[in-house]
Amino acid sequence: MDWLQAIDWLGILKCFVVGGIICVIGQILIDKTKLTSARILVMFVTLGAILGGLGIYKYVVDFAGAGATVPLTGFGYNLAKGAIEGVKEYGLLGAFTGGVKNAAGGIAAAIFFGYIASLISKPKMKKQ
Amino acid sequence: MKPLDTTKSYQEYVDKKSPNSPIFKNCFNAFWVGGLICSIGQIIMDICKNNGLDTQSSGTIVSIILIAISALLTGFNIFNKIGKFAGAGSLVPITGFANSIVSPAMEYKSEGYVMGVGGKMFTVAGPVLVFGISTSIIVGIIYFIFM
Repeated sequence: MDWLQAIDWLGILKCFVVGGIICVIGQILIDKTKLTSARILVMFVTLGAILGGLGIYKYVVDFAGAGATVPLTGFGYNLAKGAIEGVKEYGLLGAFTGGVKNAAGGIAAAIFFGYIASLISKPKMKKQ
Repeated sequence: MKPLDTTKSYQEYVDKKSPNSPIFKNCFNAFWVGGLICSIGQIIMDICKNNGLDTQSSGTIVSIILIAISALLTGFNIFNKIGKFAGAGSLVPITGFANSIVSPAMEYKSEGYVMGVGGKMFTVAGPVLVFGISTSIIVGIIYFIFM
Protein backbone atom coordinates (compact mmCIF):
# COMPACT_ATOMS: atom_id res chain seq x y z
CA MET A 1 0.00 0.00 0.00
CA ASP A 2 2.51 2.54 -1.18
CA TRP A 3 -0.03 5.19 -2.13
CA LEU A 4 -1.47 5.28 1.40
CA GLN A 5 1.78 6.77 2.64
CA ALA A 6 1.43 9.63 0.15
CA ILE A 7 -1.67 10.91 1.93
CA ASP A 8 -1.29 13.69 4.45
CA TRP A 9 -4.12 13.03 6.90
CA LEU A 10 -3.98 16.42 8.62
CA GLY A 11 -4.23 17.95 5.15
CA ILE A 12 -7.32 15.82 4.46
CA LEU A 13 -8.91 17.07 7.69
CA LYS A 14 -8.27 20.73 6.78
CA CYS A 15 -9.58 20.02 3.28
CA PHE A 16 -12.74 18.36 4.67
CA VAL A 17 -13.54 21.24 7.03
CA VAL A 18 -12.89 24.09 4.57
CA GLY A 19 -14.64 22.32 1.67
CA GLY A 20 -17.57 21.61 3.96
CA ILE A 21 -17.80 25.22 5.12
CA ILE A 22 -17.83 26.51 1.52
CA CYS A 23 -20.69 24.12 0.76
CA VAL A 24 -22.58 25.24 3.90
CA ILE A 25 -22.35 28.85 2.65
CA GLY A 26 -23.99 27.65 -0.57
CA GLN A 27 -26.65 25.75 1.40
CA ILE A 28 -27.50 28.83 3.49
CA LEU A 29 -27.88 30.84 0.26
CA ILE A 30 -30.22 28.16 -1.13
CA ASP A 31 -32.35 28.00 2.02
CA LYS A 32 -32.43 31.68 2.96
CA THR A 33 -32.63 33.37 -0.45
CA LYS A 34 -34.61 32.68 -3.59
CA LEU A 35 -31.49 32.26 -5.71
CA THR A 36 -31.66 29.38 -8.19
CA SER A 37 -28.86 26.85 -8.13
CA ALA A 38 -27.64 28.15 -11.50
CA ARG A 39 -27.18 31.65 -10.04
CA ILE A 40 -25.35 30.22 -7.05
CA LEU A 41 -22.90 28.40 -9.35
CA VAL A 42 -22.31 31.63 -11.30
CA MET A 43 -21.88 33.56 -8.05
CA PHE A 44 -19.34 31.12 -6.63
CA VAL A 45 -17.21 31.09 -9.79
CA THR A 46 -17.27 34.89 -10.06
CA LEU A 47 -16.52 35.32 -6.37
CA GLY A 48 -13.62 32.86 -6.64
CA ALA A 49 -12.19 34.78 -9.59
CA ILE A 50 -12.48 38.12 -7.74
CA LEU A 51 -10.95 36.74 -4.52
CA GLY A 52 -8.27 35.09 -6.64
CA GLY A 53 -7.55 38.39 -8.37
CA LEU A 54 -7.28 40.18 -5.03
CA GLY A 55 -4.79 37.54 -3.85
CA ILE A 56 -6.99 36.46 -0.92
CA TYR A 57 -8.09 33.04 -2.13
CA LYS A 58 -4.49 31.91 -2.47
CA TYR A 59 -4.25 31.69 1.34
CA VAL A 60 -7.33 29.46 1.48
CA VAL A 61 -5.80 27.20 -1.18
CA ASP A 62 -2.47 27.06 0.67
CA PHE A 63 -4.29 26.08 3.85
CA ALA A 64 -6.91 23.64 2.55
CA GLY A 65 -5.65 22.34 -0.81
CA ALA A 66 -8.46 20.55 -2.63
CA GLY A 67 -10.89 21.85 0.01
CA ALA A 68 -10.50 25.21 -1.71
CA THR A 69 -9.83 24.14 -5.31
CA VAL A 70 -12.59 21.52 -5.76
CA PRO A 71 -15.51 23.89 -4.96
CA LEU A 72 -16.47 26.16 -7.86
CA THR A 73 -14.80 29.13 -6.16
CA GLY A 74 -11.59 27.21 -6.91
CA PHE A 75 -12.54 27.08 -10.60
CA GLY A 76 -12.87 30.88 -10.58
CA TYR A 77 -9.60 31.21 -8.66
CA ASN A 78 -7.87 28.99 -11.21
CA LEU A 79 -9.13 31.20 -14.08
CA ALA A 80 -7.98 34.41 -12.38
CA LYS A 81 -4.62 32.91 -11.39
CA GLY A 82 -4.10 31.85 -15.01
CA ALA A 83 -4.94 35.32 -16.30
CA ILE A 84 -2.41 36.93 -13.92
CA GLU A 85 0.29 34.38 -14.81
CA GLY A 86 -0.54 34.97 -18.48
CA VAL A 87 -0.07 38.73 -18.11
CA LYS A 88 3.28 38.17 -16.40
CA GLU A 89 4.45 36.04 -19.29
CA TYR A 90 2.80 37.47 -22.42
CA GLY A 91 1.54 40.93 -21.39
CA LEU A 92 -2.02 41.92 -22.24
CA LEU A 93 -2.49 38.88 -24.50
CA GLY A 94 -2.06 36.68 -21.44
CA ALA A 95 -5.18 38.18 -19.83
CA PHE A 96 -7.16 36.48 -22.59
CA THR A 97 -5.22 33.23 -22.96
CA GLY A 98 -4.05 32.51 -19.41
CA GLY A 99 -7.36 31.88 -17.64
CA VAL A 100 -8.82 29.37 -20.05
CA LYS A 101 -5.42 27.72 -20.47
CA ASN A 102 -5.35 27.01 -16.73
CA ALA A 103 -8.91 25.70 -16.66
CA ALA A 104 -8.72 23.95 -20.05
CA GLY A 105 -8.58 20.43 -18.61
CA GLY A 106 -11.69 20.92 -16.52
CA ILE A 107 -13.69 22.65 -19.26
CA ALA A 108 -12.76 20.10 -21.92
CA ALA A 109 -13.48 17.18 -19.58
CA ALA A 110 -16.84 18.67 -18.62
CA ILE A 111 -17.84 19.03 -22.29
CA PHE A 112 -16.53 15.61 -23.33
CA PHE A 113 -17.78 13.51 -20.41
CA GLY A 114 -20.95 15.58 -20.24
CA TYR A 115 -21.80 14.74 -23.85
CA ILE A 116 -20.90 11.04 -23.46
CA ALA A 117 -22.92 10.74 -20.25
CA SER A 118 -25.93 12.42 -21.88
CA LEU A 119 -25.73 9.99 -24.79
CA ILE A 120 -25.70 6.87 -22.64
CA SER A 121 -28.24 8.21 -20.14
CA LYS A 122 -31.63 6.65 -19.82
CA PRO A 123 -34.50 9.15 -20.09
CA LYS A 124 -36.33 9.62 -16.79
CA MET A 125 -39.98 8.85 -16.11
CA LYS A 126 -40.74 7.00 -19.29
CA LYS A 127 -41.60 3.62 -17.85
CA GLN A 128 -44.49 2.32 -19.95
CA MET B 1 -60.45 20.71 18.99
CA LYS B 2 -61.70 24.19 19.72
CA PRO B 3 -62.30 26.45 16.74
CA LEU B 4 -59.60 28.95 15.81
CA ASP B 5 -61.20 32.35 15.55
CA THR B 6 -58.46 34.91 15.09
CA THR B 7 -55.72 35.13 12.49
CA LYS B 8 -53.08 35.28 15.20
CA SER B 9 -54.09 32.07 16.89
CA TYR B 10 -54.34 30.42 13.49
CA GLN B 11 -50.77 31.49 12.72
CA GLU B 12 -49.63 30.08 16.07
CA TYR B 13 -51.43 26.86 15.26
CA VAL B 14 -49.71 26.59 11.87
CA ASP B 15 -46.30 27.30 13.40
CA LYS B 16 -46.84 24.60 15.98
CA LYS B 17 -47.98 22.00 13.47
CA SER B 18 -45.51 22.67 10.62
CA PRO B 19 -42.09 21.02 10.93
CA ASN B 20 -39.11 23.11 11.99
CA SER B 21 -37.13 24.65 9.17
CA PRO B 22 -34.75 21.92 8.04
CA ILE B 23 -31.93 24.41 7.44
CA PHE B 24 -29.73 22.94 10.17
CA LYS B 25 -30.08 19.42 8.81
CA ASN B 26 -29.52 20.67 5.24
CA CYS B 27 -26.36 22.48 6.29
CA PHE B 28 -25.08 19.44 8.16
CA ASN B 29 -25.60 17.20 5.12
CA ALA B 30 -24.07 19.81 2.80
CA PHE B 31 -21.08 20.06 5.13
CA TRP B 32 -20.14 16.41 5.29
CA VAL B 33 -20.94 15.50 1.68
CA GLY B 34 -19.13 18.61 0.40
CA GLY B 35 -16.21 17.92 2.70
CA LEU B 36 -16.10 14.29 1.58
CA ILE B 37 -16.05 15.22 -2.13
CA CYS B 38 -13.20 17.67 -1.49
CA SER B 39 -11.33 15.03 0.53
CA ILE B 40 -11.62 12.54 -2.35
CA GLY B 41 -10.11 15.29 -4.51
CA GLN B 42 -7.30 15.80 -1.98
CA ILE B 43 -6.51 12.06 -1.90
CA ILE B 44 -6.29 11.96 -5.72
CA MET B 45 -4.10 15.07 -5.57
CA ASP B 46 -1.73 13.54 -2.99
CA ILE B 47 -1.38 10.40 -5.12
CA CYS B 48 -0.65 12.48 -8.25
CA LYS B 49 1.96 14.55 -6.42
CA ASN B 50 3.52 11.38 -5.05
CA ASN B 51 3.94 10.26 -8.65
CA GLY B 52 5.92 13.39 -9.48
CA LEU B 53 3.26 15.66 -10.98
CA ASP B 54 3.25 19.39 -10.21
CA THR B 55 0.41 21.12 -8.34
CA GLN B 56 -1.25 22.56 -11.45
CA SER B 57 -1.37 19.22 -13.32
CA SER B 58 -2.50 17.37 -10.19
CA GLY B 59 -5.34 19.87 -9.74
CA THR B 60 -6.40 19.41 -13.35
CA ILE B 61 -6.41 15.62 -12.97
CA VAL B 62 -8.56 15.97 -9.82
CA SER B 63 -11.06 18.11 -11.77
CA ILE B 64 -11.16 15.71 -14.71
CA ILE B 65 -11.73 12.63 -12.52
CA LEU B 66 -14.43 14.28 -10.37
CA ILE B 67 -16.17 15.68 -13.47
CA ALA B 68 -16.11 12.31 -15.24
CA ILE B 69 -17.52 10.47 -12.20
CA SER B 70 -20.31 12.97 -11.57
CA ALA B 71 -21.24 13.22 -15.27
CA LEU B 72 -21.66 9.45 -15.43
CA LEU B 73 -23.54 9.33 -12.10
CA THR B 74 -25.91 11.99 -13.46
CA GLY B 75 -26.41 9.94 -16.62
CA PHE B 76 -27.44 6.94 -14.53
CA ASN B 77 -29.81 9.08 -12.40
CA ILE B 78 -27.74 8.45 -9.25
CA PHE B 79 -26.44 12.00 -8.84
CA ASN B 80 -29.98 13.38 -8.47
CA LYS B 81 -30.49 11.27 -5.36
CA ILE B 82 -27.21 12.47 -3.86
CA GLY B 83 -28.17 16.04 -4.77
CA LYS B 84 -31.57 15.80 -3.11
CA PHE B 85 -29.89 14.62 0.09
CA ALA B 86 -26.80 16.85 0.11
CA GLY B 87 -28.09 20.05 -1.53
CA ALA B 88 -25.18 22.44 -1.90
CA GLY B 89 -22.81 19.69 -0.73
CA SER B 90 -22.82 18.18 -4.20
CA LEU B 91 -23.78 21.38 -6.07
CA VAL B 92 -20.96 23.70 -5.01
CA PRO B 93 -18.01 21.36 -5.73
CA ILE B 94 -16.99 20.90 -9.37
CA THR B 95 -19.33 17.86 -9.39
CA GLY B 96 -22.24 20.33 -9.52
CA PHE B 97 -20.78 21.90 -12.65
CA ALA B 98 -20.68 18.50 -14.39
CA ASN B 99 -24.19 17.76 -13.17
CA SER B 100 -25.42 21.10 -14.53
CA ILE B 101 -24.11 20.09 -17.97
CA VAL B 102 -25.59 16.60 -18.11
CA SER B 103 -29.04 17.20 -16.55
CA PRO B 104 -30.45 19.63 -19.15
CA ALA B 105 -28.74 17.71 -21.97
CA MET B 106 -30.54 14.52 -20.88
CA GLU B 107 -33.85 16.29 -20.69
CA TYR B 108 -33.65 17.67 -24.23
CA LYS B 109 -32.30 14.48 -25.81
CA SER B 110 -35.54 14.15 -27.80
CA GLU B 111 -34.69 17.39 -29.64
CA GLY B 112 -31.74 15.69 -31.29
CA TYR B 113 -28.08 15.09 -30.67
CA VAL B 114 -26.80 18.41 -32.06
CA MET B 115 -29.17 21.14 -30.87
CA GLY B 116 -30.84 19.08 -28.15
CA VAL B 117 -27.91 17.50 -26.32
CA GLY B 118 -25.12 19.67 -27.75
CA GLY B 119 -27.00 22.92 -27.26
CA LYS B 120 -28.76 22.42 -23.94
CA MET B 121 -25.56 21.22 -22.26
CA PHE B 122 -24.73 24.89 -21.71
CA THR B 123 -27.99 26.04 -20.13
CA VAL B 124 -26.23 26.49 -16.78
CA ALA B 125 -22.60 25.86 -17.70
CA GLY B 126 -22.79 28.67 -20.30
CA PRO B 127 -23.44 31.46 -17.78
CA VAL B 128 -20.84 29.94 -15.43
CA LEU B 129 -18.21 30.09 -18.18
CA VAL B 130 -19.31 33.56 -19.38
CA PHE B 131 -19.01 35.13 -15.93
CA GLY B 132 -16.00 33.11 -14.82
CA ILE B 133 -13.91 33.75 -17.93
CA SER B 134 -15.00 37.40 -18.23
CA THR B 135 -14.06 38.07 -14.61
CA SER B 136 -10.68 36.44 -15.12
CA ILE B 137 -10.01 38.61 -18.19
CA ILE B 138 -10.92 41.73 -16.20
CA VAL B 139 -8.61 40.58 -13.40
CA GLY B 140 -5.84 40.10 -15.98
CA ILE B 141 -6.38 43.54 -17.52
CA ILE B 142 -6.41 45.24 -14.11
CA TYR B 143 -3.22 43.39 -13.20
CA PHE B 144 -1.68 44.50 -16.52
CA ILE B 145 -2.54 48.16 -15.87
CA PHE B 146 -1.31 48.27 -12.27
CA MET B 147 1.74 46.07 -12.71
